[in-house]
Amino acid sequence: MSTAYDDAATQLGRAHSAEPVDQREPASPIPAEIAQTLELAWAEAAGLKGWLGSVDHKVIGIRYLVTAFAFLVIGGLEALTMRVQLAGPNSDLLSPEQYNQLFSMHGVTMIFLYALPILSGFSNYLWPLMLGNRDMAFPRLNALSYWLFLAAGAFLYVSFPLGAAPNSGWFDYVPQASAEFNPGPNIDVYCAGLIFLGISTTVGSANFIVTLLRMRAPGMSINRLPIIVWGTLTASVANLFAIPAVSLACLMLFMDRNLGTHFFEIGGGGQPLLWQHLFWMFGHPWVYAIVLPAMGMVSDALPVHCRRPLVGYTLVAMATVATMVVGFGVWVHHMFATGLPTLAMSFFSAASFVIAIPSAISVFAWIATIGTGRARITTPFLFFTSVILLFVIGGVSGVMTASLALDWQLTDTYFVVAHLHYVLIGINLFAVVGAIYHWFPKMTGRMMDERTGKWIFALMFSGFNIAFLPMHLLGLLGMPRRVYTYGAGMGFSGTNLVITIGAFLFALALLWFFIEIARARVSGRFAGPNPWDGPTLEWATTSPPPVYNFGIIPLVASRHPLWEERLDESNSDRSLFAEGFLLDRDKETIAVTPLDGEPDVILKMPCDSWLPAALALALLVLFGGMLLMSPWIGGVGLLGVLVILALWFQPHSAPADEEEVRVYG
Amino acid sequence: MAEPRTLEQTLPVHGQGLVGTPWWGMLCVIATEGVLFAYLIFSYAYLATQGPAAHWPPTGGPPSLAIAIPATIVLLASSGTAEWGKRAARARRVLTARLAYGLTIILGLLFIALSMKEWSDKPFGLNENSYSSIYFLLTGTHLTHVAAGIVALVVALVWSLQGRIHAGHEQHRTLVTLYWHFIDAVWLFVFATIYLGPRLA
Ligand code: HEM
Repeated sequence: MSTAYDDAATQLGRAHSAEPVDQREPASPIPAEIAQTLELAWAEAAGLKGWLGSVDHKVIGIRYLVTAFAFLVIGGLEALTMRVQLAGPNSDLLSPEQYNQLFSMHGVTMIFLYALPILSGFSNYLWPLMLGNRDMAFPRLNALSYWLFLAAGAFLYVSFPLGAAPNSGWFDYVPQASAEFNPGPNIDVYCAGLIFLGISTTVGSANFIVTLLRMRAPGMSINRLPIIVWGTLTASVANLFAIPAVSLACLMLFMDRNLGTHFFEIGGGGQPLLWQHLFWMFGHPWVYAIVLPAMGMVSDALPVHCRRPLVGYTLVAMATVATMVVGFGVWVHHMFATGLPTLAMSFFSAASFVIAIPSAISVFAWIATIGTGRARITTPFLFFTSVILLFVIGGVSGVMTASLALDWQLTDTYFVVAHLHYVLIGINLFAVVGAIYHWFPKMTGRMMDERTGKWIFALMFSGFNIAFLPMHLLGLLGMPRRVYTYGAGMGFSGTNLVITIGAFLFALALLWFFIEIARARVSGRFAGPNPWDGPTLEWATTSPPPVYNFGIIPLVASRHPLWEERLDESNSDRSLFAEGFLLDRDKETIAVTPLDGEPDVILKMPCDSWLPAALALALLVLFGGMLLMSPWIGGVGLLGVLVILALWFQPHSAPADEEEVRVYG
Repeated sequence: MAEPRTLEQTLPVHGQGLVGTPWWGMLCVIATEGVLFAYLIFSYAYLATQGPAAHWPPTGGPPSLAIAIPATIVLLASSGTAEWGKRAARARRVLTARLAYGLTIILGLLFIALSMKEWSDKPFGLNENSYSSIYFLLTGTHLTHVAAGIVALVVALVWSLQGRIHAGHEQHRTLVTLYWHFIDAVWLFVFATIYLGPRLA
């Protein structure tokens, strides 16, 4: 086994030193003579335009991460407020109405504004680096999807200060959410906000799909893709198919509430259950969309810390796709308690059991990877292994609710609250924190501290379990979810106090984690190109990477381009880094054929531009007009949208149809 | 020694059709919007079969075909003219192409006018019952798409008249034409749902 590899491993344990952890040269060299021309072609615009108009996928990715973490903090503060209220019986810190708004906004924030955007952040940052290209397929669309996310997030909070935030839970069932029972602006904000956010997710998903199809390094065929790419790809395809359902449902509800239509209202021939169907046709795939990329991150990063390739790559990749396919068939399991025909329900119950199989494949692959590898007990390793544990707990309680008989007993109790937090925090948040520890060195060029990292892990893991494990018990005892308080003699008090203490420990760990990020940002140890000694392409370039990612576009020959020596697949070809496509005439890169990854076209990439931010602003005005039911404001927004779109698509003076290829080497 | 070199071999810049990236982006747009219509039609069918209404449509028989059939013919014809325009442009017959696209726009506007007539002839308004709600939402969503398609066609035609789009910009024409075909294809499903569905049931 190679020595540099083990050196890097022992180096990590050593005390702070001025030397970078990885002192090797980056595998993908950037010779000085080409660095200069590329630097010029790819440089960001100066001043405000460079900031507001940036189209660099790395900048956008980090913005996604920061913003999603900000929403995590907001949603977390809402949760802590609820936990203070529930710490003891008959507490009156919050009124019932305030509690309704808090749990609704907590759910909406966590599900829509944290859990998916944070993964989009990683994917945005990592995809082009992992795929060996210079940017996403549509850089301006990428910026647009970020600004729309920010605008829609703010939009969902407009009525919060007025005490009129969405208050019918994150899935917003009618008739509770209809104008008759909920006359304020609360639900209108929810409806318009989710349609707005849906645009952001849709354009982002389309961008990922086209990026995968076209923007890879030559030789990056589909059997060599990192698993996170599979995860995000699956999630993106699912989003394209699922988001119209919720947008439509929200539009119908908005019309029911404001224009007197009768989609959901029995009196006029409507059907409240239609909401539930449309919502869960979207909601269930979405739940997978917020875990599959996270599972992908574990599948890619955990093996690095086990110093061996992932066991069962093909199975895991296929299981990822299969999960989503089945995922579209299980929406009805959220509605077992609504009185559907038994045969239909039995079918959906079966599908919900089946879905456990592909998820289990990933878990077994991870366990086998740990078991057969030589694990380094690093902070990311700890977080990733805890994902496995929490996944198993969350998965088991999930399969329990897939059973009809049990579901009728447990639905709408704290058992469900426990289950969803095990799944969401277990698979999403723990994976995300581990992934930050893992990829932070790539993003900033500096390491996060390992010693405090382990303490943070210990605090977060125990805080989490203290907070959420007892909730199973509360559920079995019969405490319903979404109640703002409970009586003193009901036997819930002690457990609830423990839960609140656990919640605060967990929150403390998160706070510490953020402080660590800030500290590592300025004074962390230098990382060097590949501090963890990872096998994939993002580790081939410098940390942080230059704007153009790779000076010379790599030529990929295997699934682990940086481990080829070590894995000693001696009869196979080697990936090439020091020679290959150069593309230095302009801000340009290469696109490949969808399946085999043969280079087939040169793309001139767009420069920094005001258009994405302006379009997001115009759409904000449009949706503001919708919320206020003002045709004037809406009309101004619409006009703005059309003008900006025309500018966006305006033909550029066509350069030559063909260009000679520039190579290095 | 390794150094930057220029090869004899060339590659297309941006590329046309399947070789460029915008084509694939447009496919994503079409996929997600196609699914939107599928959910709309699902909702229509759900309200028709699972709602409390005893008859569907609750008032009178199935909607009349008197305007719908001509409107359908107009829209299908416009797909033909759009395709004609695209091919003419590819053969560098610029004037024919402009004429064909102009005709497409006029046919599209005619379709909107016919739909408006049909709307105003209805004895019910948007908020009469679940049928009227889903009827206007389904046709209205489609009309919005037609309108968006017309805006795109007009902008492209203006660019062409200004000389900003020329033969090399095949991508623009390919994409608006593709989108226009999509809008027409969707209409067939909307038509089948609203006009044929109640007749079959
Ligand atoms: C500091 C950590 C957290 C705490 C203490 C916490 C606590 C809570 C509490 C008290 C509720 C309301 C239970 C009820 O009355 O029904 C709740 C609901 C919920 N939480 Fe969390 N939570 C935390 C983090 C998260 C995260 C990270 C996510 C998602 C990624 C999440 C997603 C949800 C969802 C979807 C609901 C359901 C909202 C609804 O009923 O509409 N939570 N949480």
